[in-house]
Amino acid sequence: MSGRMGTTEGSEGAFIEVDGVEKVFDVRRRKGLLRRERHQVRAVDSISFTVARGEMVGYIGPNGAGKSTTIKMLTGILTPSGGRLRVAGIDPSRERTRLAHRIGVVFGQRTTLWWDLPLIDSYKLMHRMYRIPDARYRENLARLVELLDLGDLLEVPVRQLSLGQRMRGDIAAALLHDPEVLYLDEPTIGLDVVSKTRVREFLRQVNAERATTVLLTTHDLQDIEQVCSRVMVIDHGRLVYDGALAGLHEVGEGERTLVVDLEREFPPVEVPAPARVVRVDGPRQWVAFPASEPAAGLVTRIAERYPLVDLSVREPDIEAVIAQMYAERAGRAPTQSS
Amino acid sequence: MLEGLRAYRMIAGMWVRSGMTYRVSFVVTLFGNLVMTGLDFVGILLMFSQVDELAGWSLPEVAFLYAASVTSFGLAHLASGSMQQLGSRIRDGSFDVLLVRPVPVLAQVGGDRFSLRRLGRLAQGGAVLGWALVAADIDWTVSKVLLVPLMVVSGAAIFVAVFVAGAAFQIYAQDAAEVQNAFTYGGTTMLQYPPAVFGKDLVRGVTFVLPLAFVNWVPAAHVLGRPYPLALPGWVAFASPLVAAGCCALAGLAWRTGLRSYRSVGS
Ligand SMILES: Nc1ncnc2c1ncn2[C@@H]1O[C@H](COP(=O)(O)OP(=O)(O)OP(=O)(O)O)[C@@H](O)[C@H]1O
Ligand SMILES: [Mg+2]
Repeated sequence: MSGRMGTTEGSEGAFIEVDGVEKVFDVRRRKGLLRRERHQVRAVDSISFTVARGEMVGYIGPNGAGKSTTIKMLTGILTPSGGRLRVAGIDPSRERTRLAHRIGVVFGQRTTLWWDLPLIDSYKLMHRMYRIPDARYRENLARLVELLDLGDLLEVPVRQLSLGQRMRGDIAAALLHDPEVLYLDEPTIGLDVVSKTRVREFLRQVNAERATTVLLTTHDLQDIEQVCSRVMVIDHGRLVYDGALAGLHEVGEGERTLVVDLEREFPPVEVPAPARVVRVDGPRQWVAFPASEPAAGLVTRIAERYPLVDLSVREPDIEAVIAQMYAERAGRAPTQSS
Repeated sequence: MLEGLRAYRMIAGMWVRSGMTYRVSFVVTLFGNLVMTGLDFVGILLMFSQVDELAGWSLPEVAFLYAASVTSFGLAHLASGSMQQLGSRIRDGSFDVLLVRPVPVLAQVGGDRFSLRRLGRLAQGGAVLGWALVAADIDWTVSKVLLVPLMVVSGAAIFVAVFVAGAAFQIYAQDAAEVQNAFTYGGTTMLQYPPAVFGKDLVRGVTFVLPLAFVNWVPAAHVLGRPYPLALPGWVAFASPLVAAGCCALAGLAWRTGLRSYRSVGS
C-alpha cells in the first residue's frame, strides 16, 4: 500500500485521530421457528488514520464495507468496540453533545429538516438550538442561501421540496453553526448531474472560505475526483488504500486496453504476454496490456499479421480500477490482512 | 436539566406547528380521543346501572379513581412524545439524527411528535375528576386538599418513568412496544377499579414492585377514607412524590444504559 497508510502524522495538526478502531455487531439471526443463531459482524476492523484540519477526504468502498459505521463512530452515534477515537480532541461517544456544536452531519438518506414546516423554520430552530449568535446566524444564512440557491425555497414546506432541493437544504442546515468538520454520508445519492455538480462546487467553496474539514462517503467517483484531495478505500471493515486518487492507478496495476477492428472475424489475435485478448465481438477485439508499456509495439505486431482496419486505446478507468480492487479482495480469503 | 427543558419546548413547539398544517385531522382526532377515552367511563356507568357498589366503593368513588388514573396518564402521555413508538424511530434510522444535535436526546424524544390532540384524554379525565370530587362523600381536611393535586402530578411522573424505561428497553429490543403498552395502558385501566377487586398478589406487585398503586390507589384510599387491602402505615398515603422520584431516577439510569447500548441500523 502506498500513500499515508501506516504513517502516523504527528498528533499536532491531526484534527481527526482514529487509532485501531473497530466496531463489532452482535447479530442474532432467526434459524427455524425458535432457534436463534448468534454471530458477530466486524463492520469496522482495526482502522487507523488521521485527518488534518481543512483536509477534504473521500471515503469509498463497496456496499457493507463499513463507511457509515465509521461515520457514526466519528459523530458519537455509535460507541467503538475497541481502539481510540478523537475528533477535535474530544472522545465522540463520551461527549457527544459537546462535540455536536463543532461538527456538521448530513445523512444523504435521512433529513434533519421539519417535514411539514417551511424550510426557514428548521433553520430558525438550529439558530436557537445551537445558540448561534444573531449576527453570525444572519450572515451564515445569507451566504448559504446564496451559494446553495435556496432563496425561493425558504418558505416552501420541506415535504414539497425535490430530493436535490432537500439535500441542499440539509447541507445548509448542517453548516449554520460553523462546524469545524462536515461529515456527509452519500450526499449525492439520487441527485441529477446538475445538482451533483452544484453540491460539489459548494463543498469546495466552503472548504476554501472557512477551512472546514470535509469527510464524505460516496459511490460516485466523480465526487472524489472533483472534491477530495485524498481518498480512503475501505473493504470488509479494513482500510485498504489511503492516499491521492491518482495513486489508485498504480495500486490497481492499471491496464490499458487496445481495441482493434479487423477486416473480418478472427480467432483471438496472438500477442506476446502479458498482453492478452480479453474480449472478442465479431471483427472487433479487445487487448489488455500493462499501462506502463507503450502501445506502439503491440499495434505494429498486430498490423503485421492481421488486416487491421481501425484501432483505439482506452486508458484505465478509475472506476474499473476500483471495481477490480474490490473484486480482487473479495476473491481472497477473508483472513488475509492488508 | 434546564437545557433539557429548553430543548423540549423548542421541539414540542415545532411539532405543534407541524400539527397545525393538518387542521381537519387535528380536530377529528382530538374529538376522537375524547370519545374513545370517554367510552371507558361509559363502561363504568353501565356497570353501576346494574350494581350500587363495587367492592364497597360507590360510583363517585370509583369515578375518582378512574379520573385520577386517566388524568395522570393523560399528562404523562402528553409529555412523553414518541417514547412509546421509539422502536419505529430507531428502525427507520431517524433516531440517528437526534443523536447529532447538541441537546439531550431524552428531551428531544419527549418533545417528538408532541401533539395537542392528546389533550382530549386529559380534558375528559379532568372533567370526571371535578365531578367526582364534588359528588363523593369526602371528609375534607387541608392535607386531603393538598394530596389531590400531589397525587395527580406524582402519578403522571410515575407513568413518565414507565414510558422512559419502556423507551430505554426499545433501544435494546426494538419491537418491544407491546410490552410497554401492557404496563402503561394495562396499568391505567387496572387503576380505574378499586384495589379490593384484584387478588392480593397483584396488589402487592403493583405496590411494592412496579409501584403503580402510588399513582392513585394508595393516596385515593386515604382521601376517601377507604381501607387499603394491604396493611401500610398511614404516612404512605403521602409517599407518592417520593415513589415518583425514585421511579424517575431508575428510569433515568435505564435510559442512559439503553442509550449506551444503541447500535443504530445498517445503511
Ligand atoms: N446496526 C447494525 N446492526 C448489525 N449490523 C450492522 C449494523 N449496522 C451495520 N451493520 C453491518 O456492518 C457492515 C457495515 O455496514 P455499513 O452500513 O457501515 O456499510 P457501508 O459501507 O455504509 O455500506 P453502503 O455503501 O451500503 O452504505 C455491514 O455488514 C452491515 O450489515
Ligand atoms: Mg452507508
